[in-house]
Amino acid sequence: MSGQRVLTGKYFMMGNVACAEGAIAAGCEFAAGYPITPATEIANCLAERLPQVGGVFLQMEDEISSIAAIIGASWTGRKVMTATSGPGISLMLENIGFAVGVETPCVIVNVQRGAPTTGMPTAGVPGDMVQAKRGSHGDYEIIALCPSSPQEMFDYTVLAFNYAEKYRTPVFILSDAFVGHMREEVIIPEPEKVETVHRKLPEPGADPQKIKGFLDEDVAPMPIFGRGFKAHVTSSCHNEYGQRNLSDLAALDNFIRKLSNKILKHKDEIVLVERDYEGAEIVLVSYGAVSRAAAMAAALARREGIPVGTLRLITVWPFPGEEIEKMARKATRVIVLENNLGQLYPYIKAEAAHYAEVSFLPPSIIGQIHDPEEILKKIREVAK
Amino acid sequence: MSEIVHPLHRFIRPSVTSTTNCPGCGNGIVAQAILRAIDELSMDLDDFVFVSGIGCSAWIPSPFFNADVLHTTHGRPIAFALGIKMGLPEKKVMVISGDGDLAAIGGNHLIHNARRNAEMVVICLNNSIYGMTGGQAAPTTPMGLKTATTPYGTFENPFDISNLVIAAGASFVARWTTFHPRQLTATIKKAIRKKGFSFIEVITQCPVQFGRKTGVGSSVQMLREYKEKAISVREAAKLSEEELAERIVVGELVDKAKPEMVEEIEKIKERAAGETP
Repeated sequence: MSGQRVLTGKYFMMGNVACAEGAIAAGCEFAAGYPITPATEIANCLAERLPQVGGVFLQMEDEISSIAAIIGASWTGRKVMTATSGPGISLMLENIGFAVGVETPCVIVNVQRGAPTTGMPTAGVPGDMVQAKRGSHGDYEIIALCPSSPQEMFDYTVLAFNYAEKYRTPVFILSDAFVGHMREEVIIPEPEKVETVHRKLPEPGADPQKIKGFLDEDVAPMPIFGRGFKAHVTSSCHNEYGQRNLSDLAALDNFIRKLSNKILKHKDEIVLVERDYEGAEIVLVSYGAVSRAAAMAAALARREGIPVGTLRLITVWPFPGEEIEKMARKATRVIVLENNLGQLYPYIKAEAAHYAEVSFLPPSIIGQIHDPEEILKKIREVAK
Repeated sequence: MSEIVHPLHRFIRPSVTSTTNCPGCGNGIVAQAILRAIDELSMDLDDFVFVSGIGCSAWIPSPFFNADVLHTTHGRPIAFALGIKMGLPEKKVMVISGDGDLAAIGGNHLIHNARRNAEMVVICLNNSIYGMTGGQAAPTTPMGLKTATTPYGTFENPFDISNLVIAAGASFVARWTTFHPRQLTATIKKAIRKKGFSFIEVITQCPVQFGRKTGVGSSVQMLREYKEKAISVREAAKLSEEELAERIVVGELVDKAKPEMVEEIEKIKERAAGETP
């Protein structure tokens, strides 16, 4: 007898636990990881829950092997994930590039912590926002989602699995110690209400010589192992059939462009934002835990008669530039709020500055979420 | 009129028409031993998933073998292979890679998987040098040898990879050289059937990089040297460490029964399902 995948009900649950339950509800069958604060509870929970539903959790010798093992398991057709924090991501980056290069569905959770280097493990600082996009070498696109509550840790982990399967790509959950360790109400829906997606496969019995299993902007069927597809999977420059080519620059150009275009072509389907800036002159742009303070500050400002709205980025990669532009065309002033020294600020400014005045506000102490009063002070300043 | 084809040709990926191996390379001997073992066991390449890392020997399965092949990042093939074994426990998983890949950059994964004892076969082609990048010192390069990165001679003690893997707890460890293709084939067959982590070190010639550095430039000379230096496990047991210094101990070094990880995980799953919410 196998245990329940979806623990339908209403809970008071930690964000990291909600993430693990979201993974299992989405159909995760294999996870591998290495203990690290503040992400460890995800591994602990998966280690307990996965065997109950016929899955496996492995504690590996490091984060390099953790990501390697989940990529290997993904190539057997399993849904897979790993969870870590900044230092672990730094170790995983080469293989994250590998997963991008051979188009491997996998979910990577980064519960971000005080950095750089070993930093302050229990502090919630989303300081790996750009690393998620540009950390591995070379040009590539990635998908990254930013939850701001334990409920969203559940919901967006399910969504991350679905994106990973649909676009055959690694998908990041960019959480932080605040959201990961936060306990709040989490509602886990009925199993039939949890939408799950499975990757496209070649037709059973397809001639291995004819399978185009790579580099399709509309996502090639994945010639997973063990089905007689005789897949040749190499992260070296390859063509649509997986054949290695290390001499023809046109092949390299095709390799780079097709991988990136696969994500960019479907950007509209991938990008999620929360807009609440109807009639606003000042718009607060934020993501993750900070967006909770932003919503509060906007409400306080409106009470004072200042027309303030919010734009919350749920998908941060591919970068929702069009959404930023759309917002900036309606606003006169934009305040970017990040609990770091301004990681997405340059990206947001580049899209918004043509239409609105853009400024940046970090919290007075990095690692503290912005006090809504602090934000309100800034709002009053720019409203003058 | 029938065409004459190599009996193992059916195992070669049809799209592959040429080899990247240098003349005299040992890769072909090892590739044949692997394929012959699979053939003699009446198995099919579809019973396997092959995994390799980075380096010349990693190019044996990728792209030559007409099978599911994962050509991974440098040093990590065993870690990828473990994930594959978890997803496809009924398949045979074989890692084919070099000494630099498995014992230098990938040394941590090598020892930990020897410890874990998940069923897989790891074939390590040890040519004592970095061939693909042009003759740099490896952790297996004999002390004192002048290489591209040790122009005054290496000043580090080398690894004995098989002993390392034995110490880490592998259930099956063997060493042969490319002078012993028949014995190697027989050992690979045994390793494929072994319930556990099986490691086979193959001392192999790289005449172009290692041969030039040592001055033993031809592969025939290198193979002759293997023949002269090779000593069976049984004979080696009678000699002192000093007497064995210049010898290559060949044969099956370890073959023991240990709890196998995939089977252990199945037991855990049954237990966990009983404690389900």
